[in-house]
Amino acid sequence: MSALVTTTVLAPLICAALGLALRSNSHARDGVTLVGLIAAAGSAIALLIGVADNGTEVVRVGSWDPELGIVLVADLFAVLVLPVALTIIVVVEVFAIGQRRTAWGANPELTGPLLCILTAGVSLAFLTGDLFTLFVAFEMILVSSYVLLTHQGQRGQIRAGMTYVVMNLLASTLFLLGLAMVYAATGTVNIALAAERISELPDGVRLGIGAWFLVVFGTKAAVFPLFSWLPDSYPTAPTTITAVFAGLLTKIGIYAMIRFHTVTGMEELGPVMLILAAATMIIGALGALAQTDVKRILSFHIVSQIGYMLMGLGLFSAAGTTGAILFLIHHMPVKTVLFLVGGLIENEQGTSALGRSGGLATRRPLIAVFFAIPALSLAGLPPFSGFAAKFAVISAGIADSSTLVVVAALVAGGLTLLSMTKIWLGVFWGTASDDLADTAAPTSPGNRNMMLAATMLAVIGTLTITVLAGELFDLSQRAAEGLRAPAVYIAEVTS
Amino acid sequence: MSATLLILIGGLTSTGLYLITARSLSRIILGFALLGHAAVLALLSSGGDPGVAPIVGEVGDSSNPVPQALALTAIVISFGLTLFLLALAGRQQALSGNDLVEDDLEDRRIADETENGGDA
Repeated sequence: MSALVTTTVLAPLICAALGLALRSNSHARDGVTLVGLIAAAGSAIALLIGVADNGTEVVRVGSWDPELGIVLVADLFAVLVLPVALTIIVVVEVFAIGQRRTAWGANPELTGPLLCILTAGVSLAFLTGDLFTLFVAFEMILVSSYVLLTHQGQRGQIRAGMTYVVMNLLASTLFLLGLAMVYAATGTVNIALAAERISELPDGVRLGIGAWFLVVFGTKAAVFPLFSWLPDSYPTAPTTITAVFAGLLTKIGIYAMIRFHTVTGMEELGPVMLILAAATMIIGALGALAQTDVKRILSFHIVSQIGYMLMGLGLFSAAGTTGAILFLIHHMPVKTVLFLVGGLIENEQGTSALGRSGGLATRRPLIAVFFAIPALSLAGLPPFSGFAAKFAVISAGIADSSTLVVVAALVAGGLTLLSMTKIWLGVFWGTASDDLADTAAPTSPGNRNMMLAATMLAVIGTLTITVLAGELFDLSQRAAEGLRAPAVYIAEVTS
Repeated sequence: MSATLLILIGGLTSTGLYLITARSLSRIILGFALLGHAAVLALLSSGGDPGVAPIVGEVGDSSNPVPQALALTAIVISFGLTLFLLALAGRQQALSGNDLVEDDLEDRRIADETENGGDA
């Protein structure tokens, strides 16, 4: 079991190095990249099965005492989210291999290895048991994302990249200052040990640390009012890269928030989180309505959906945390598929702007189906996975009688459906404008089939989550119980 | 924690934050360099009172090595990121002749619409 934990981090890192060495040979490079990503995803799935049966697996790197060294903790929460995230990256890489010979493809020599480094960072962020390694994992993810976003060096990318890099760098610096505060107050950066000692601190210090990390993780997660960098920067990157960012990056911020704030018991911050959650949902959904480009609409929806997860966390009840975890699992694949479909639209029509495309439903009905399923799921309509996730979060809100945030969640759901309808009307119905033939990127059938196959895999993935919603809900409930009883977590890490 | 360190951290943080609000990327980079130093100093001072080098065999109270290890990692990361920001500024210079951070799309769209509204 402990070998599986380290494989999820090390396999992609080793393959990133090999991929860079083999970068001139496209087949070897793609092969190595896929092997690394699949090895990581496979170990994550094996970990989920193992941990669900046998309980938490703790790995002490270099056998150091948890007070001093790095610990990797594969508890149920981590291994529930990890396989979903890593499988998404595999699917996106397959899509990227298909897309690469088109005008919309990213530079293949860099993206494969960088995606591997990002994957290693994602695994580390989910599995780490101490705050400083979480900082390092964030940096691994961010540095590779900076390069992925700007490596083509186009004007729009540099403009958006600047905002993105500066905002995230500021959040990282605040993270470091926060680490100094935690270390000064508790004498450790291990999450379990810090959780134990933070609860004994005076209220002012304790809540100060909680609020500080709310700002840090809130910037990474694009929570209102710290979201403005996201809708501007994501749409400028190549589709495959945006799909990975959309599916994973902000969710890691929310993941860190759920773990840190639940284990350290920051219930007093709950009301603040609920207000922020309501504002995030509504403003994200309204922002999406105002857009006229598929990728920009979808980017605003990332912000809006973060609100639901923050709402589940802010309730600080067992049902709320369960809902937040289930929402996290549902949201990652759905958002990725929508961006992949955005890439397919761009490939067919030469643009993702609503005003200039149209009539895709008759010409490519398959793409219309691939869009409709995750779009309805995102809006939370039954029987898709979004319904189960939203139902879990909203019913937890009703049980807690938090009327304001429940109303906000329902309104945001309606607005989401409205802007999905807007994409449907603009892209799939109507007629295409005449100048499209000039800009549409010619794609060979083989490449297009590969992109379609990858998207279909991802759609099947989201449907699988729908079918397994019952089991996933039970597992989320167990994971939430584990988070809300930190004594068990602390004992598992320190013993 | 000594008052000198405290004042130094505060001064570095405020100067760094002031520089980050600037429009030119070269000032922002300098701001991040200062903020990075502030964070590293804060990490170092979180380790408690200074002492002799924490090496086996040294006599006396040693200083805490853990924050030093953390600070070292942070320095390496912020060094790498400063280089990346410089490359970004260089690219912006090559593209537009200056290294200013441009308005985002939404700002420009709103500005355009208010201008058009004024004409009509």
